[in-house]
Order: sequence, then structure tokens, then C-alpha cells
Amino acid sequence: MSILGFLIPLALLMGLFGLACFFWAMKGGQFDDLDGAANRILIDDEDDGPAKAEPARDTR
Amino acid sequence: MNAPVAALSPQGADGPSELLDSRFTVPGMRCAGCIAKVERGLSAVPGVAAARVNFSARRVAVSHEAGLTGDAIIGELRKLGFEAERAADNPLAREDAETKRLLRALAVAGFGMMNIMLLSVSVWSGADAITRDMFHYLSAVIAIPVVAYSGRPFFASALMALRYRRTNMDVPISIGVLLATGMSLYETVHGGAHAYFDGAVMLLFFLLAGRVLDAMMRDRARSGISALLGRMGKGAHVVRPDGSTEWMEAERLAPNMIVLVAAGEALAADGVIVEGRTTIDNSMLTGESEPRAAGPGDTIHAGMVNLGNPIRLKVTAAARDTALADIARLMDEAGQSRSRYVRIADRASRLYAPAVHTLALLSFCGWMLAGAGWHQALTIAVSVLIITCPCALGLAVPAAQVVAASTLMKRGLLIKDGSALERLAEVDEVLLDKTGTLTLGEPRPTDLAVLDPQAQSVALALAQASRHPLSRGLARALREAGVEPAAVDGVDETAGHGMTGQWQGRTVALVRPEIETGGLAVDLLIDGTRHRLAFADALRPDTGAALAALNALGLHTAIASGDRAETVAQVGRELGLEATGAMQPADKLALLEARALAGHKVLMVGDGLNDGPALAGAHVSLAPGGASDVSQQAADAVFVGDRLMPVALAVRMARRTMQVVRENFVLAIGYNVLAVPLAIFGFVTPLLAAVAMSTSSLIVVANALRLAGGAGPKAGEGAPA
Repeated sequence: MSILGFLIPLALLMGLFGLACFFWAMKGGQFDDLDGAANRILIDDEDDGPAKAEPARDTR
Repeated sequence: MNAPVAALSPQGADGPSELLDSRFTVPGMRCAGCIAKVERGLSAVPGVAAARVNFSARRVAVSHEAGLTGDAIIGELRKLGFEAERAADNPLAREDAETKRLLRALAVAGFGMMNIMLLSVSVWSGADAITRDMFHYLSAVIAIPVVAYSGRPFFASALMALRYRRTNMDVPISIGVLLATGMSLYETVHGGAHAYFDGAVMLLFFLLAGRVLDAMMRDRARSGISALLGRMGKGAHVVRPDGSTEWMEAERLAPNMIVLVAAGEALAADGVIVEGRTTIDNSMLTGESEPRAAGPGDTIHAGMVNLGNPIRLKVTAAARDTALADIARLMDEAGQSRSRYVRIADRASRLYAPAVHTLALLSFCGWMLAGAGWHQALTIAVSVLIITCPCALGLAVPAAQVVAASTLMKRGLLIKDGSALERLAEVDEVLLDKTGTLTLGEPRPTDLAVLDPQAQSVALALAQASRHPLSRGLARALREAGVEPAAVDGVDETAGHGMTGQWQGRTVALVRPEIETGGLAVDLLIDGTRHRLAFADALRPDTGAALAALNALGLHTAIASGDRAETVAQVGRELGLEATGAMQPADKLALLEARALAGHKVLMVGDGLNDGPALAGAHVSLAPGGASDVSQQAADAVFVGDRLMPVALAVRMARRTMQVVRENFVLAIGYNVLAVPLAIFGFVTPLLAAVAMSTSSLIVVANALRLAGGAGPKAGEGAPA
């Protein structure tokens, strides 16, 4: 049973860490523009790299 | 990539010049491509350090050098193909803060619930003696701060209600949570078998989930609406004595200033024209559909829109003294009645709370009389309170309303809050404004067929480069007809005259007719050949179908307009509706009050400034997306796009929502009817309470999700993504 003395504080600490991360992310504005974040994945990277020879794709 | 603008390092700025942050609303952003185009396009402008789009709010924050003016940035955005307006200084910050507070409380309650549940499951599965006591103590250590933090929204609201000697939903919730926590603490200290910490925290978690849903729905609709706002006279270009111009906000304008009003701009103050002849659109202020000519010496008012040439205006009255201010005063008075409406959840809890509290008290007394000790009697009374605590009731209403609101949002209707849906469901009469509501509220070409397909593409190429209201109406009509713009080079706009360009070596132009015509018109010139296009404010394309749908819902429909009586009567005859014209803002309000006295619940649909008081005073109100800022703020919901059908859709959806809410009430109360006898006779354990509470909440949410499908045909384009 003595393992409980280790596991319970560990579980609590991990929970608190998750909670702190959530607060931090909210404060940093991570949830301010959810639709934008969903759309930004579709934006091609900056075109300063080498010219991309992407094969033409006709499906999505 | 998600860092706020201020944190981005300035790239183009060399030297110590100070950076300013400006915000602009860009309603035209609809896809990922637009985000990239705006951000890259603006970043390439000299003087701009960084640009960051907030897609949800349709806003772009620009960090730029002080030398670059807001107008210049709006100009750059126009070159990129987006119309932009200055955004007011984050008018929605307060609501955002409220949602964030609730979200934090929800996160804390979720953390507490999970950890306490972990300990409780061990207790339920047979931990005993010292282990159980230790787990109870641990639960208490977690639960007490969690209840204190996450319960605050409920405690504050309950205290407020009690202070005014009323009860609301939060009173039984607060009593239940506090008693359960206190009782469990007592049990823990005395080594008892049952602690309800899990129940109390779980209750808070589910109820907070309902509150967060409610707040997020409000925020989404508000940010959608604030993206539409900001087209009206927020300020003006003031001409200095040395001839330079400066942008000033409406509040800073003062009498005797000379302001420059460009074509398509709304006036921010009352004034007398000193230079220039133009056509003025009165429709927002009075509902008059016919634009009128104005020249030097004529007085024009704030809220009117300059359709024709740029003019210079000498301000006679500004800010609080304008004709608009009277309307604002009427609106304030009219808005009072709306605040007396009591939400259905609060109405339900007026009956529910006393019943539950009496029941708990009776079971306490009953067990005392039956000879049980006060400790056992109190435990049973508390378990009655927990089992009847309106957990499912707290979710029943917001879950249904949120699902309905997001379904409606997909179809182009932004509902501001849940109470609007409740009131919409009760409506039995509809009062429609004419100009801008039944009609599109902007001039459209009456007959595109006078142009051959080639001429149409040329006209589109010229029209889309201009902001003039006639050009915009023409461009939109042509695009809807599927016309592609021709390749016209060297497009140039001469203010007050029109657009010119080169097409296949020929000179083409889109100009105002040289002779005075009856209504509004433009001429398309191709190598000297002249085509005249007449403009009129047409009815919305699906007006007939929408009115039929309203009729099918059993709603009596009528028109109330500020336009000339003959015009209104003619439209009324066309649509087969009772129509009253020449109404002042106060007349509309009086009409609404008369109908309300006769026992009717009226839905007002209107767009103009003159509809503001009626929108604020009606039982519930809708405004189209093209409406004045004032009207959009006064209305309970805003519909976007060219169609009128969202009005009928809103009423139909609201009625279905209330149907689901009632079903949810029956489900939630039905569960109580089953569980309460068990609690009264002392059979309820913390395990049973936790299981019952979560299943009833899940059932209620699942029932609400049925609203997500099938709300009739989609409103088509114009709906926000």
C-alpha cells in the first residue's frame, strides 16, 4: 500500500501540471482564433524555399 | 505562429521609430487563401512590421510605423481585394473575459472531478478503515478549493438574486453544493462511510459546461456581428485650414468644421453642404427608398449615405446633438421592456426550487419523527438535495439552444443569446420594414440584358475596382449572373465621374450619365458606344417564398415603413400584405406597443436607424446583415445574405428548440421522480448519485443533439463559414 503514498501525489501533480498548461495556453491566446488555426494548415509555406515541383493532383 | 502581434519582432522597421497597433475588420475573408493573402500582402507594405489575421473575428491586427495612416492600410487592403474598416477598440473584451472566467472555472472543476472520482472509485470498490479515511481527507483537500473557485459564478448569482428577494436556478444549486460539501466534511472528520465530494464537484462541472456553452454561443454570434459592423459613419475626414485632411472620430467632430464626404461614405454629423452636388441615400434614416439630389445650402443628417460625388460639408451638429441622438434616446426607453423577460430556466426553477427544498425539509422532519438521529436525518436530507439538484435542468436549456444556434449560424443567421430563441418561439405576428429588409437595400441594375455578354464582362472589370455603391451593386449582380471579368488594363477612377480603362485596344468607361435621369443610372461606354443601365432597389429574390413560409407557420405578417405611403402601398399590394407607410420611428414603436397590449407577441424585422426603437421595443427582433450598426446591435439576431428565408427558418427552428427543451425538462424531472423516493428512504449512496447524475446529463445532451440535422434548405452563400 505504501506505493499509494507515491502514486497519489504523482497523479495530483500531473493533473495540476495539465491545469497549469491549460491556463497558460488560454492566457497566451491559443484559443482566440480556432477557425483561423483550422484554416492556416492549408496555407502553403513561405515561398522563399526552392521552387517546388509538386506533382499535379486532381484529388483532394 | 499563434503569438499575438505585439510579440512579433518588427522586420521592416529600421531605426527606433515607434510601432502602433491598429485593428481592421475585413468581412470578406472566407478561406485560408485569404488569410495568407492579407498577411503576406500587408507585410510587404513598407512601414508595416507585422500583420496577424484573427479569422474567427474577421479581423486583422497590424503593427506599423506611426507614419503609415489607417487610411493607407485600408487602401492597401483594397488593392489586395478586401474591403476593410477600422475596428473599434475591442468592444467585446468584456464578454470575452466572462467566457474565459467560466472556462477557467470549468477546467478547475474538471481537474477536481477527475481526481476525486479516482479516489471515490477506490472507496466504492471496497477500501475501508484508514485507507478510506485517508481518501476522504484527500478528497476534501481537493474539493474545498475547487468548490470555492468553480462555484463562484453560481454563488455570486444566487446572492444577487436573494438580495433582491427573488430565486433563480442558482439558489438551489448553491444550497445543494454547499450543504453537500459541508456534510461531507463533517463525515470525513468523524470517519463516516459516505462523502459526497465527488457529487458536489461533478454537479459544478456539468453546470459549468452548460454555462460555458451558453457563453461561447453568445461570443460567436457577437464576433460574427461585430465583423459586419463598422460601415456607418464612425468618423470623417476633416479639412484643415491649410487644405490637408485628417481622420477624426465622430465624437471629436465639432460644429463649423469642414468635412470631406467621399462617395459611398456615411455621414457622421449633421451639416450643410458647402461644395459639390450629389445624390443622398436617406433609407437608413427614414426608410425612404428613392435617393434625393442635394447641393450647396442643403442640410443633410448623420446616418445618410453619399451615393454620388464627393462633397464638402460644414458641420452644424455633431455627436449627441444629431438627429440620430433622438433615435438613440427612444431606443433606450424601448429597451426597458425587453429586460423584464424571464428565461425559461429561471421560470422553471421558481416552481422547482421551493418544491425541492420543501421535500428535503420534509424528509429531515420525517426521519427525525421516525426516531432516527439528527445525523442520519440530515444525511438523508442532503442526499435528497443532491439527487434533485437541477443538474440536467442546468444543461437541458443551454445544450438545446447552443445546438440550434450553431445550426442556424451555418444557414446565415446569428443569434445573440438563448433568450432570443425562447422569445422567437412565442411569436405570433411579424412586422417587416420595407427598404433594406424586404428589399436588398442597395441599388441593383434593373435589367442586365441591355448589355451583351462581352459588355457585361467589361462592366464587371470596371465596376469591381470601385467602391461606389452603384459599382458595387453592379459588380455583385454580374458576379451572381456568372459573368467573368474581362482583362481591362489601366483601370482608373475619377471621383465624381467614373471608371476608365483599356480593353483590347479600345477605351472603355463606366460613368454617370451626363444628363439628369429620373432615377439612378450609369452609362457603359465602349469606344463611344453608350449603354445605359438603370438601377433600383429590388425585392429580395425569395421574398414570396419566405412570406408563404411565415404564413404556413401561422404568423400574421404586415409591413411598416418610413417610405412614402404610395410606394409602400404598391409593394403591399404586390405581396398581398397589409402595409402602412410614412411612419416615424416613434409611430413604429407605438404600433408595436398597441399590438403588445392586444396580447400579441411581435417579431420586428428591420434594418434602418429609424427601425432602431422598434427593434429594441419588439418582443423579439431580427436585422439583415446590411443593416445600420445601431439596428444590428438592437436586434436579437442578424441574418446575412440576400435571402429573406432565414426569418421563417429562425421561427421554425426556435419552435423546434423549445420542443426539445420541454422534452429535456420532462426527462430531467422524470429522472428525479424515480430517484427521489430512493433518496427519501435513505437508499441513495454517493455511487448511485454519481451514476444517476451523469446518465441524466448525457441523455439530455444527446436529445439536444437531435436539433443539429434538418432545419430546412441551406441559405446558400453569404453564410459565414
